[in-house]
Amino acid sequence: MTESNPNTAASPETELSPSALSVANVSKRYRTPDGNVQAIDDVSLSLAPGDFVALHGPSGCGKSTLLLMAGGLLSPDSGVLEIGGEDPYALGAEARAAFRAERVGFVFQQFHLIPFLDVLDNVLVGELAGTSTNGEFRDRARELLDRFQLGHRLHHVPSKLSIGEQQRVALARAFLRSPALILADEPTGNLDAENAAIILEHLGNFAATGDGAVLMVTHDDRAKAAAGRSVEMREGRLV
Amino acid sequence: MTLHRLILREIRHRKVNFALSVLGAAVAVAAVLSTVGALRAYDRETEAVIDEMEEATKAEMAKLEDEIRKSMKGLGFNLFIFPEGQDLSEVYAEGFASRTMPEEYVTKLAESGVVTVNHLLPSLTKKLEWPEQKRTVILIGVRGEVPIAHRSPKAPLIDPVEPGHLVMGYELHRSLGLKKGDTVTFMEREFTIDDTYEARGSKDDITLWMNLGECQEMLDMKGEINAIQALECNCATVDRLGEIRAELGEILPNTQIIETQSTALARAEARNQAAATSRAQIEAKEEQRARLRAEREKLAGWLLPVATLVSMIWIGLLAFINVRERLPEIGILRAIGVKGRTILGAFLGRAVLAGVVGGVIGVVVAKVVKLPSVDSGPIIESGEWIAAIVTAPLLAALAAWLPSLAAAQRDPAEVLRHD
Repeated sequence: MTESNPNTAASPETELSPSALSVANVSKRYRTPDGNVQAIDDVSLSLAPGDFVALHGPSGCGKSTLLLMAGGLLSPDSGVLEIGGEDPYALGAEARAAFRAERVGFVFQQFHLIPFLDVLDNVLVGELAGTSTNGEFRDRARELLDRFQLGHRLHHVPSKLSIGEQQRVALARAFLRSPALILADEPTGNLDAENAAIILEHLGNFAATGDGAVLMVTHDDRAKAAAGRSVEMREGRLV
Repeated sequence: MTLHRLILREIRHRKVNFALSVLGAAVAVAAVLSTVGALRAYDRETEAVIDEMEEATKAEMAKLEDEIRKSMKGLGFNLFIFPEGQDLSEVYAEGFASRTMPEEYVTKLAESGVVTVNHLLPSLTKKLEWPEQKRTVILIGVRGEVPIAHRSPKAPLIDPVEPGHLVMGYELHRSLGLKKGDTVTFMEREFTIDDTYEARGSKDDITLWMNLGECQEMLDMKGEINAIQALECNCATVDRLGEIRAELGEILPNTQIIETQSTALARAEARNQAAATSRAQIEAKEEQRARLRAEREKLAGWLLPVATLVSMIWIGLLAFINVRERLPEIGILRAIGVKGRTILGAFLGRAVLAGVVGGVIGVVVAKVVKLPSVDSGPIIESGEWIAAIVTAPLLAALAAWLPSLAAAQRDPAEVLRHD
């Protein structure tokens, strides 16, 4: 685990390529019944492969919005965003979906496991993205689940798992394709200290391989401490 | 992980929603097939009823014709052949001829190849005093029907009276208190009563029928008859009767032929009347059933589209609920790169499966259920079964199309941001 270092937050001048994630002068505004809300305001951030960055700040400051934008799910109003040197928003919807399947892994506070699929199928659900349906990820899924101490739970549905186990399944799902970028939104928010530590350790280990980067939204001090660097956000801006 | 696995796992997880979708499809298919099948069954029943009525009418007509044929004989024959020179005014006054002719005339006629008559009945009639009872009777000697040589045998209009036997008119047996099987003395001879007739309101009521030969012997008129009764063919026109007279006149020139009543016409009219009555009954039945069918068609005309529409709305609503319940699932699937058309396929595949299962159940239900007022079960052609099983999933997919499309186009960021 590395120490938190907010000063490493990238400036607009930062070299974007070959970053795992490059965000340059990105802004996002929401229209609401009460008027426009500037969710993200001229944010720049860069994550190189091997980075494990914690993004924190008060509720409503734009952390989750930035995470969704970084995941190719929410297009910015302005600025440039690249994952592995490629702008997902330059792609059509279907191509962007395929891009996400290949390059990005997601972990959420609510896990978002599919309730009627067993553990193994939940990890393999990414196969539905269509890039591979010949079972090539089956061994990889079993290996991940073994590593996360879920080898004995392969055919259990999520409701039969503990909270910590469910988050580990979600983590295995995110890791399945060895993505360039893992985006984690409050991954320890529902976990006890022991399970939070396990999740943070696995996220750290993923980043430590140097193959990909982790951007984690969190309020959890333990998580901030676990990340290599920490970036604070307020009112849509990095501070 | 495959799409069909996802669909099947989800169905197993949300059994109630899927079962209700299946129910919707099954109800629609059953309603449509039952209605169509019942209408067809009703048509078949109608045909069977009409056929049965026509058969019954034919049988009734045959029976009626036979009865009319016999009653015509009872009313008097169409044609009487009397000896030449017989004063017809005497015949009209007395009811029989005083002059006689040889009995072989009837044999000659029977062997002549005559075509216009069916039945020949020679008779010898005399009005006389029943000496033992001191009352006037009409005595008729009959030998039954003389078969026409070149014809196939027909049922005789009248049976011959055996020697030693009598058939007695109503007034005679009633006033004398006699009944069938009793013996009676007539002109010093013992006779057994062979039959007694009901009242006819004519001279028949004071008539005695006996064997022609016996009658000739008792009246000392051996080999003589004074009339041949002849019944015409199945002719319905007066002109035809003219032809009959012409033909008979050629064969028996020493005779005269009179038509006592227009019985042929009466018979034809009676027959036609009976046939018309039967036809009217059949037509009334056909009309009644056609009216009922039209009412049912009218009912089916709005029931079928309504049942289909309600079922589609039902399936669409359930699909909408299913989509709502699965929003987080849709969000995460879209986030991890599952394409919109795969999501669309997951929801449509589910609807198609519900349609297939519902279609099969609907077909089975339609086959089993009997609708009121149709005696047999609905008749469903094999093509309709197949059409139902093919159409039900298509309609189910159509019903689920909008909710499925909404699911496929759902913005994952929107879902995940609000979760």
